[in-house]
Amino acid sequence: MRQIAGLWIVTLIATVFSFSVTAQTIVEVSIDGDFQENLQEALILAEPGSIIQLPAGRFDLKTALSLDVPNITVRGAGMEQTVLSFAGQVAGSEGLLVTSDGVWLEGFAVEDTPGDGIKAKGVDQISFKDIRVEWTRGPHAENGAYGLYPVESKNVLIDGALVKGASDAGIYVGQSQHIIVRNSRAEYNVAGIEIENSYYADVFDNVATYNTGGILVFDLPNLPQMGGHSVRVFNNRSVNNDTANFAPEGNIVATVPKGTGLLIMANHNIEIFGNEFSDNASVNLLLAAYPREYNDENYNPLPRGIYIHGNRYGRAGWEPDMAVAELIAPATGLPIPDIVWDGAVDGIWSAFFGPDEEDRIIVKETDGTTFANLQFVKDLILPWGADVKTDLSDHEGRRAPIEPVRLPQEETE
Amino acid sequence: MFRVLTAIALLSSCFTGAAFAFQVNDSALLEKRPQRLLSAYGLFADAPAQNPSQGVLPYDLTVPLFTDYAEKYRFVYVPEGRSASYHGQEAFEFPVGSVLVKTFAYPADLRQPNADIRLVETRLLIHQEDGWNAWTYVWNDEQTDASLKVAGKVLPIEFVDKEGRQQSIDYIVPNKNQCKGCHTFDRALTPIGPKARNLNKDFHYADQSANQLMMWSEKGLLTGVPSLGQIDVLPAMEDTAAPIDKRARAYLDINCAHCHRREGPGSTSGLFLTYGEQNPTAWGLKKRPVAAGRGSGGLTYDIAPGDAESSILYYRMDSRDPGIMMPEVGRTMVHAEGLDLIRDWINQMK
Repeated sequence: MRQIAGLWIVTLIATVFSFSVTAQTIVEVSIDGDFQENLQEALILAEPGSIIQLPAGRFDLKTALSLDVPNITVRGAGMEQTVLSFAGQVAGSEGLLVTSDGVWLEGFAVEDTPGDGIKAKGVDQISFKDIRVEWTRGPHAENGAYGLYPVESKNVLIDGALVKGASDAGIYVGQSQHIIVRNSRAEYNVAGIEIENSYYADVFDNVATYNTGGILVFDLPNLPQMGGHSVRVFNNRSVNNDTANFAPEGNIVATVPKGTGLLIMANHNIEIFGNEFSDNASVNLLLAAYPREYNDENYNPLPRGIYIHGNRYGRAGWEPDMAVAELIAPATGLPIPDIVWDGAVDGIWSAFFGPDEEDRIIVKETDGTTFANLQFVKDLILPWGADVKTDLSDHEGRRAPIEPVRLPQEETE
Repeated sequence: MFRVLTAIALLSSCFTGAAFAFQVNDSALLEKRPQRLLSAYGLFADAPAQNPSQGVLPYDLTVPLFTDYAEKYRFVYVPEGRSASYHGQEAFEFPVGSVLVKTFAYPADLRQPNADIRLVETRLLIHQEDGWNAWTYVWNDEQTDASLKVAGKVLPIEFVDKEGRQQSIDYIVPNKNQCKGCHTFDRALTPIGPKARNLNKDFHYADQSANQLMMWSEKGLLTGVPSLGQIDVLPAMEDTAAPIDKRARAYLDINCAHCHRREGPGSTSGLFLTYGEQNPTAWGLKKRPVAAGRGSGGLTYDIAPGDAESSILYYRMDSRDPGIMMPEVGRTMVHAEGLDLIRDWINQMK
């Protein structure tokens, strides 16, 4: 179905701009001679609007591939059938780099890149459909950082992906706007799926399992795009995230405790619903401020305007790791409650009387869902400290749902 | 041996078209499709000897980009009757039809840079009607001409380094996209090298020695050049009389800032290494990594003042692993002299 949509987009664009080539120009990449050279030449010489067809088979590549022609489809025979292996890569910091607009990648795998798997930088309309990125030796500190890595881009679609073994995030969308990540599976990564410094993202129908942390929504200081907002995380399963953190230190994900279901750090206007969080040994759902020193007056380190409703919580918090063990467990005891908020707010007023309406954390879950507000700020202010608050009375209310994300590459009608 | 070949090539070019042999082929430069052979552009009177045609001017940079210790021969050509316009900070604006030429070569022994030279590749950056285009030409074994390589190439190269050690490297000829990987400004392909501060030095021309900017101006290649006193000068890396801060920042400017700037491919990192960058966090001081992955090497800051060994900047310059090293392309070796400079610079910070 999506394949048809992909072709249809090419047709549509070709019609609009009246290319002299037909929309279905298909470039078959030959396996005769030097496959690397054949493929890279096809990626450079392709006319806008064409389809580059990768053959089935396993191919060893020595240097990074790159695509800079707009409106190209790169299509393999399937994520198990067409495998680009970068185990012997000597140059280039990713397997494939896309720097042109309107690119649709479908049905192939990238394995064992020393750096990132597939990166798309500064583009409009980038689609990853049924793509696999994997480090085949499993979790290892020397695996590449990101599997699928669109950054500074607009209209990002990730659908049906499988990403395993990334030493940072399997699926990572950074400093981007209008994003859909769905029907994908992230396993054995440090972070399964991470949305960072981004606006308007829908993350749904994914499975994040056996990672250190399943799903992360982060906002970091000192970056060109900050103030992440308008993110929906819904109908995902983030379960059994039980891989010890193997990220190189210094990276922010190196601080993610083993067994984290969902971690929201900074950001505002986030809706979390219909998910299943279970068997996460540290915590199912954690809302936290950016924990490090920073030097950036335009940055807001707090999670604000979070709306949590209709999720299912299974077993969690029986064996917390890192900060959850050091800072949260002493305050809450074990098991760690289903939902934990560090209670960091933007000043004394908020600490005592609650944040402004638009910044509030609203929780509407079934009875029996456990909760803790650690009241970190109040605890700092008051000489006798502040107790953990476990009742949800301060978090009642309702909020209008966030509008779904729509992407032009899916508007096929 | 190459000198003999040079003579043969010269002779043959005399036979084939004496009147046009030393003229730049302007129409070839403007054709949308690149020429298969470098000779078709007529940029050289004697290509194997790297003697340019009339109107093609050699130049040099105070602080060059490091490319595995390759020798580089640079040339600029601006079509007759036109000129580039001066800019104080960025690369000059060249008119359509201009070309920047850079040949990469290895002497058999780096201690004798003018003997036994093997030409490896010549890169052209051509300003065409639809913008700049980049093409690479790889020299044949006979060293008589170079042919287009669209997809780039990995070439085994051997040479004796400055310490007398034999080196064998996988030299990477970049493809067009990899060229753009660095030569990008606001998403468009663009020159990097010809900036005023990096050209502001004397050059030994065939008949005289002169300041390059004055020469470009005199030849009508460049307009709007202010008086020399008003133009920045980049301190050379080895000029120990210049402050180390300036030398280090100049080195980073040339080797990193084409990507690591707000308008460049490395913008996502938030690390901006242009010479004029004033925000200390932006140029790396106690700046945390963002998407470095294992490029962080387990270290906390890009620059940990006083401690080069704990600085990500130093760590990545010191690596040859594609998943860690910086720059990402353009080198397979570590630039020992550049690394020393950056180490000394970081270590003297308080």
